[in-house]
Parts: sequence; C-alpha cells; structure tokens
Amino acid sequence: MPKSIKFKTNWDYSPAPESTSHIRLKKKYELFINGKFIPPIENKYFETINPANEEVIAEVALASKKDIDKAVQSAKNAYEKVWSKISPQEKGKYIFRIARMIQERAREFAVVESLNGGKPIRESRDIDIPLAANHFFYYAGWADKLKYAFPNKSPKSIGVCGQIIPWNFPLLMAAWKIAPALACGNTVVLKPAETTPLTAMLLAEIIQESELPDGVVNIVNGGGETGAEIVKHKNVDKIAFTGSTEVGKIIQTIIADTNKKLTLELGGKAAQIVFDDAPIDQAVEGIINGIFFNQGHVCCAGSRLYVQESIYEIFIRKLIDRMETLIVGNPLDKNTDIGAINSKPQLDKINYYLKIGQTEGAEIFQTNCAIPKKGYWCKPTLFLHTSQSHRIIQEEIFGPVLAVQTFRTIDEAIEKANNTPYGLSAGIWTDKGSKIFHLAKKLRAGVIWANTFNKFDPSSPFGGYKESGFGREGGIHGLTSYLNL
Amino acid sequence: MKRLEVLKTYKLFINGEFPRTESGRYLQLKNKSGKLIANISSASRKDFRNSVVAARNAFDNWSNRTPFNRGQIIYRIAEMLEGRKSQFVEEIMSLGISKHTALKEIDNAIDFTIYIAGWCDKYQQIISSVNPVSTSHFNFSFAEPMGVVGIISDNNSPFGFLRLMLSVIAGGNCAIVVANEKYPNVAISFSEVLQTSDLPKGVVNILTAKKNELPQHIATHLDVNAIVIATNNDKELSEIKRSSSVNVKRVISVSETELNILSPDLILSTQEIKTTWHPIGI
Repeated sequence: MPKSIKFKTNWDYSPAPESTSHIRLKKKYELFINGKFIPPIENKYFETINPANEEVIAEVALASKKDIDKAVQSAKNAYEKVWSKISPQEKGKYIFRIARMIQERAREFAVVESLNGGKPIRESRDIDIPLAANHFFYYAGWADKLKYAFPNKSPKSIGVCGQIIPWNFPLLMAAWKIAPALACGNTVVLKPAETTPLTAMLLAEIIQESELPDGVVNIVNGGGETGAEIVKHKNVDKIAFTGSTEVGKIIQTIIADTNKKLTLELGGKAAQIVFDDAPIDQAVEGIINGIFFNQGHVCCAGSRLYVQESIYEIFIRKLIDRMETLIVGNPLDKNTDIGAINSKPQLDKINYYLKIGQTEGAEIFQTNCAIPKKGYWCKPTLFLHTSQSHRIIQEEIFGPVLAVQTFRTIDEAIEKANNTPYGLSAGIWTDKGSKIFHLAKKLRAGVIWANTFNKFDPSSPFGGYKESGFGREGGIHGLTSYLNL
Repeated sequence: MKRLEVLKTYKLFINGEFPRTESGRYLQLKNKSGKLIANISSASRKDFRNSVVAARNAFDNWSNRTPFNRGQIIYRIAEMLEGRKSQFVEEIMSLGISKHTALKEIDNAIDFTIYIAGWCDKYQQIISSVNPVSTSHFNFSFAEPMGVVGIISDNNSPFGFLRLMLSVIAGGNCAIVVANEKYPNVAISFSEVLQTSDLPKGVVNILTAKKNELPQHIATHLDVNAIVIATNNDKELSEIKRSSSVNVKRVISVSETELNILSPDLILSTQEIKTTWHPIGI
C-alpha cells in the first residue's frame, strides 16, 4: 500500500449545518389521487426515516391494489376527459408553472431531500433540485412543438403512464418521469421509492397548487408490491421504470403478453479509464466525483477504475490522499462530502460486497475518517488487486466502493471496460482528442463522459445499452419514450 | 431424350458459407400439387448458436465500415438481385404464386434494396443531435447499432425477411434470419446473392427451420441484443417478449403495414443513442 498523507491532524472544519427551521413537514402523508390527498382504503401507513439518525420523520400512506386501481382510474378519466382536450400550449403552461414553483421552494426541497435520503445538502441544493426544476422547464417548452421534433410523423400521446422511480435521486427522478410524460399529453401514476417518499409528496402539493387538472398526476407510495400492481394494471398503457436490472427483467416478463410500452433505466458498472497522458490531478477529482458522488448510489457511478500501468503508483497515491480528505457525516452540513447510506438493507448489501471482495482476494482500503454512531454509514472504500472475474467488478454495489485494475494497451482497456452485462456509462481521461473519439465509439455504453463525469442536463439523453435498459430520458430523444409515432 | 434437370441442394447460410444443418434433419418443400420441390435443411439450436458466433465476430468489422461503404455493398446486393431476377421469379412461382405476383415481389425487393442503400449514410443525421446543455460542455448524441439482431419473418411475402434484414444491417448490426417456413428456397437463394455482394462473412446468416423451433432459442440467447419480429401471432410475440427479459433484449415488433412502406423507421429502431460529454475550456 502506498504511503498517504495524514490529514485532520491540526485542523478541522467547524460545522456548517443548513437550517431546518423553515421546514414544515406533516406527521402523516396521504395518497395523492385525483387532485386530492386521501387516506388509503386499507388504512395502512409506513414510517419514513432519516437514515442519518434513524429517527422517524413522518408516516406515509401505503397504497394497496384498490388504491392503485383508483389512481389508475383517475389518470384514465383525466386523460380521456380533460388532459387530451387541453391545447398543447396550455399543457405546456401548466408544466412551466410547476417548474417555477419548484424553484420558489427549492431550499425547502433540498433540505427535505437530504433529511429523507441522506444525501449531502450541497448535492441536493446544487444538483438534484435545480435539475428537477430545469427538467420541467425544458419539457414544458416541448408540449406545443412535438411535430417539429418528428417531421413526417404525427406524434400521439400514449395514455396512462405508470412510473416507478428509485431512492437515489427522488425528486429528480420524479421530474425525469413526469415532465416528458405530461408534455407528450399523457397522464401519470407515479410511485416513489419506499425509503424516500417525502419530496414527491411536496411535489404533489405543488401540483395541486399549480391547478393542474385533477387526476393528471397521481402519486402513490409503497414498496415492490405496490409497484407490481401498477405494472399489472390493465389500464396502464406505458411503464417507465428506473431501478435495478433484476426488477427491470421481472417487469419485462410481466408485461410480455400486453401491448404496454416500456422504458427501463437499470443498473450499471461504469468503467473509468485513465491513460498515462491524462492530467492526473484533474482525473483524480473525476474519479472521486464518479464514485463518491451521492454515496455511490448512482446507476451510472464510475465504480470500476482502469489505470494505465505506467502511472498506477502515483495515481493510486494521489487518489488515496484525496480520499482521506473526504468528510463523511451529517448530510445537512455544508462541509459534508459523503452523506448517509440510504437505508439499512442498502448498507447490508454494501457490507456484503465488502466481505465478498476480500474473500475473493482483493485488497481493501478504507479512509481514516470518523463516522457518526447512529445512522447508516460507509467509509470511502477502494479495492486494489481485483480481477475481471471478481464479483465486485461484475456486479453493481451501489455504494462508495471503487474497484481498481490496470491496463497496458488501449485495446485491453476497451475489452475490460466492455466486459460486463451492463452498458450505462463510461469515463475516459486523456489529453489526446483522437483517443477520446476512438474510445467514445468503442465503449458500449449510453453515456460517455470524457475528462468529466456524472454530468446531467435536461437536454442531454440518458440511458443504457445491454442490461442497463432501453429507451432514453432527456433531450429530444426522451420524447420518443412517451409518444406513439 | 429429355435432359434431366440438375436439382439444387438448399443448405443453410452461416458465416459466409453454406453448411448443411449439423442435425442432419430436413424439411420437405412441396408445391400445391404435392410434388417435392426440394429438401430443405431444418436448422437446429446448435446451427443458430454457430450463427450468433459468426454474427458477433462480424460485428466489429461491419459496424466500423464507413456508412458510405455499407451503402455501396447494399447497392451491390440490388445489382446481384437484378441479375438473378428470373431465377427468383421461377422459385417463387414454384410455390404456386402467379408470375405477375412473383415479378412484382422481386421488383419491389430490388427497389427496396436501393432505397435502403441510400439511407446508410443519412439516417445518422436525422437522429443525431448536439445538445444545448447548461454547463460548459460540448455534448452530442448519435446513433450506434445495437449489435447482434435476430430476425423472425413470419409474414406473407417471400421477401418479407429482406425488408427486415436490410434495415437491420444498414445501421451496422449483424443479423441471424430465420426464414419464413413457407418460402425457404427464396431465402436460401438470396443468400447466394449476399455471398456475391462483398458483404463480409457473418454479417447476415440465414437459417431455414421448422416454424416455432428457433424463436425461443433466439429470445433466450445471451449474446443476442435485439429481436426484430414480423408476426400476426400474439402468443408467439408474448412468449418471445417474456423470454427476452433474460438479458433485457430489445424486441421490435413490425406490423404488415409497416413492412410495406418505405421508411427508415426500422433502421432507427435498431439503433442505440449514445451521448458524449466533454468540457469546454482553456
């Protein structure tokens, strides 16, 4: 193991917590169906917690089969009787209004996102919430311009969209799903992830206040069973799912004997390839951002690092030095780099892989940082001396765990990078333009970041190759997921 | 004395060669009055798996050909078809189809081939984009082939498979075609056209088989990226969609109407969109 600098010997950052005094969360959140907040038919609720201290924040209504039926019915009525009769420009205006109202309440959203999901406030404040608002703003403008996107076609809405989203970017994923669906003239039944329902419920408040017609967007909470009821419902015309490849495959199976349209945004195991001609410090920053952004709870996280052999030692030394500076702790503290792991099951899964990695013979390195006593935490972790067949190389961990390998030739790097069932994203670090274009072509992944990583934009299509799913979200290409052409 | 006609042995088309099926099995193709036209190879799962290996090996070469070159090769296919027109007319007629219809089929097939040849270096520009992101990055999206594509042609036209196949390979994919059980002779003779068209070996593989034998094997194969299927049989389609989930395979179902119009739709629906980001700065 290369030597590393000792940080935090003489100086510490003073705490800089974001205030929660302006947050007014309810004790209990109901289902948002047909424009109203209503209790679930079976009157069941589940607790949602703050993963940074395991305290209960609120109770949330658990939607049963009957509630889903109600929500789908309301979306169907709204589609047939109201939304399809409103002009595209007016539809766009509603979506613009939602975008603006998110911007107005952005600080509140950011705090709640960090409270409920465990992500650092810097990220929710600077990335999740602004991007969510921008996504609504971007697609709002498409609503009355669809015919220009598809010359020689007559784009038509699909109907009721069942949308199931994950816990890693709760509000942002809701925006990625709802905004294009509405702009294309559809109505929605959305199910947020079980562990992160709160910002979606705040969004439901905004949707109500925006005077969007009743039933155009319905939001129901619950776990896998609730999601399955949406997928199976006969009046749902389209399923959009973001989550694990395992569940994606089940959904593909369930709807096989229907005409439901499907888009899947699934797991990933992105390779970050660093060449010896890369600007090393910049590349180190990119690798850090690639895997530790959002605790590594990112489907496109750069979880495999391939370093060219000639710079391996210096690169790993610099990487470890930089890792030692990362602050793990209170998500609401503006100094925090890595927040809480989203849930106990997710922490168990990460720890399971930490064990597997060591059993398989890789060398583990974790930083010396302090972590809080309560809550779910994982230190920034590196696995050295891994090989292509290791499970920590092939399988998605979804945590702050980076597995490192080396390569000698460009062909070897390409071969190794492509050698997983996934194909969501990849990173390239080199100063040579022609090499970037060569790799950008050869890497079988939907998003290629060259000399950058984990960048997102409403106008930029996102989605995978192979077992990372199909269909694109974002940009003009994202429209095709919500239209019959 | 009347000269005895030399009959053709219809074999499979795998990796640019014409092997018999490894299974040794055959199907009998008969005309309407029940007279034997030919023994047709009845491809097995093993033949199919060999075809996937051939297609995967061909993919790097074919997808990296310049689009212009792909266009020229597909144009060449049309030239070869034109030259063998009378052979195809006879083969279609042998199945009890009128001369008028047979002529129309082959003419349409040739013209469709020219149409697709012209798309090879153009579809990219109607589906690509430079994206106006809000950060200091240059960001663009372009189309790339999905990879190895299985084609199941169950429609009512002797050249139905050709329309599916050309769109698939025009976009840089490699294909395994399961020929329609009703017109196997046409499909295998067509592979002779491919073999003389400068198409690299393995880019297209054509199998004749008993209906319903191969589709499930295509759907469950882990190295097949997508299936293009033209069928009216909802049950078959459902089964394929269900099995395809094993590796999140893309299933593209093409209707009879879509099959008969000139459009780049099927080229586009067998493409992935790749988005690349790079910082802008000094």
